[in-house]
Amino acid sequence: MALIELAGIRKTYSLGEISVEALRGISLSIEKGEFVAIMGPSGSGKSTLMNILGCLDTPTEGTYTLDGSDVSRLGKDELATIRNRHIGFVFQGFNLLPRTSALENVELPMLYKGLPKAERRRRAAEALERVGLAGREHHQPHQLSGGQQQRVAIARALVNESPLILADEPTGNLDTKTSVEVMEFLTELNRVAGITIVLVTHEPDIARFSRRLIMVRDGLVVSDRHPDEGGMHA
Amino acid sequence: MIAFGEILHVSLRSLRANKMRSALTTLGIVIGVAAVVAMFAIGTGASRNVEAQLASMGTNLLVVRSGSTTSGGARTGWGGSPTLTFADADAIVKECPAVGKAAPTAAGSVQIVYGNSNWSTRAEGTTPPMLDIRNWTIGSGRSFNTSEVRSAAKVCLLGQTVVDNLFGGEDPIGKVVRVKKIPMVVVGVLGKKGTNAMGQDQDDTLIIPITTAQKRVFGSRFQGKVSSILVQAADSNSISAAIEQIDALLTERHRIRSEEDKDFSVMNLAELMAAAAESTKTLSFLLAAVASISLLVGGIGIMNIMLVSVTERTREIGIRMAVGARTPDILLQFLSEAVILSVLGGVTGIALGALVSLLISHFAGWPTVISPLSIALAFGFSALVGIFFGYYPASKASALDPIEALRYE
Repeated sequence: MALIELAGIRKTYSLGEISVEALRGISLSIEKGEFVAIMGPSGSGKSTLMNILGCLDTPTEGTYTLDGSDVSRLGKDELATIRNRHIGFVFQGFNLLPRTSALENVELPMLYKGLPKAERRRRAAEALERVGLAGREHHQPHQLSGGQQQRVAIARALVNESPLILADEPTGNLDTKTSVEVMEFLTELNRVAGITIVLVTHEPDIARFSRRLIMVRDGLVVSDRHPDEGGMHA
Repeated sequence: MIAFGEILHVSLRSLRANKMRSALTTLGIVIGVAAVVAMFAIGTGASRNVEAQLASMGTNLLVVRSGSTTSGGARTGWGGSPTLTFADADAIVKECPAVGKAAPTAAGSVQIVYGNSNWSTRAEGTTPPMLDIRNWTIGSGRSFNTSEVRSAAKVCLLGQTVVDNLFGGEDPIGKVVRVKKIPMVVVGVLGKKGTNAMGQDQDDTLIIPITTAQKRVFGSRFQGKVSSILVQAADSNSISAAIEQIDALLTERHRIRSEEDKDFSVMNLAELMAAAAESTKTLSFLLAAVASISLLVGGIGIMNIMLVSVTERTREIGIRMAVGARTPDILLQFLSEAVILSVLGGVTGIALGALVSLLISHFAGWPTVISPLSIALAFGFSALVGIFFGYYPASKASALDPIEALRYE
């Protein structure tokens, strides 16, 4: 069974009298363990698609089945629970809580899952170790480099054992070398731990790390190349 | 939803992250609560004081005064010419069931001389029941008795102020003082009462048998007549019955026809006292009400800062929502921040208010009473202020759209 199943997804924003159709009927399915890159020019609807995939928003039409359950008509708080249990986010701007230690940032999803403090501490420390930040638990974001901050964010995405990581321009604020490091780390998570990764980027170099490339334009999928067909790796 | 303890922890963390701002926000509540506590303490102190003073004047008190008489078209004021008699006083006690005690009184200013010191004071001629009616106690020595009243004995009781001014450290009992040149034996000293509600020193007095006062001290004008009769009703419920009975009795005794003006008046001192106590109480509530306005302003300060804080922390709220915080999680986090601020302010304010009232008692000499009720009220009120003024910013925070919040710069 597919992890993500989109069927006829449409999203219309009404701005006063005019309504803008950001997504005009997207159907696609992503299996467990895939590494997918979504590309498209700005205004193509890829951000809207990402928001819907991330359960931050719901489609106007169509159904979204995540891990076997229909999430396309859920309310705000039910979506929050789905995000908490099923999705890890990695953002371009890292989005760590300022003036909060790396450890507590990683603990955050477990806080809202209602796990006891001792378990949160232990698992957060493990996740930080996994992203190579052992010993930096008590550093605050401003004391860490961009790459390190992004790894804290990845640890936060991993810590609730979510089957899906959504990465929205994860390397947008990083230099080339660090970008490659972060991407290699995500690739390894995908290959070794079998975590499904959906990546949004506008850099072909970054998209190359994925094994499937979905091109979006004007709210529609214009191409969807699978590894066996495409030969993404150089 | 996450445990409340965790929410408190999160709230405390963010308050600590902004120590200066949190402290300043709290200051509004501190001042408000301190003002309420201090004003309540002053108000309660003042009304306790008035109550104590009123109790020292005697309870369930009525005064029957000689009425005005008309002579040649000119009407004298109340008591201008005495129309009441000793017999009236006796009759009031005997024939009015609602009356407990009654004592005729005649008062005037006198000069007292002892050795080479002298003192001017107010002399009151009366009978022994007056001491009970007015809550006088005997500090030392004894009171005068009925036979001394009958024989117009030259005995007197001195108030503490008079003793202090005439005798210094000497024991006045058994000494002879001259009251308007008439030698009198001091048989007793009155227990100390302090000032009354009008600020008069009640201990600056001399009490003598009424007969002595009339025959020897004030001269012949009052022969057999008294200017007023002090009456104590049997209990607080029979005050109005007592007034009616006295009125009926004296109307009959003085043979006043229905169309005539009465030559006496019955005044309800109990009512006057109640009015005085009531006005003090009103004043203290007014003080507390004014003070609670500053508490309100403090609450608005909290709301203001919480709104700023929500705006500033929009991105934080977005992050929390993205990783799974639900509406009540965010709502409670911000609400508990507001409540922590206001309750902290409340506790500090109570301490500060208590300190201020102690300082006021100490330096201004006003009596203050810090009641547990006022502390409980101040505490509860500050918590309520936190909830009331914290709710709007908190609900604003929890209603944010996660996508918008994450995009907020």
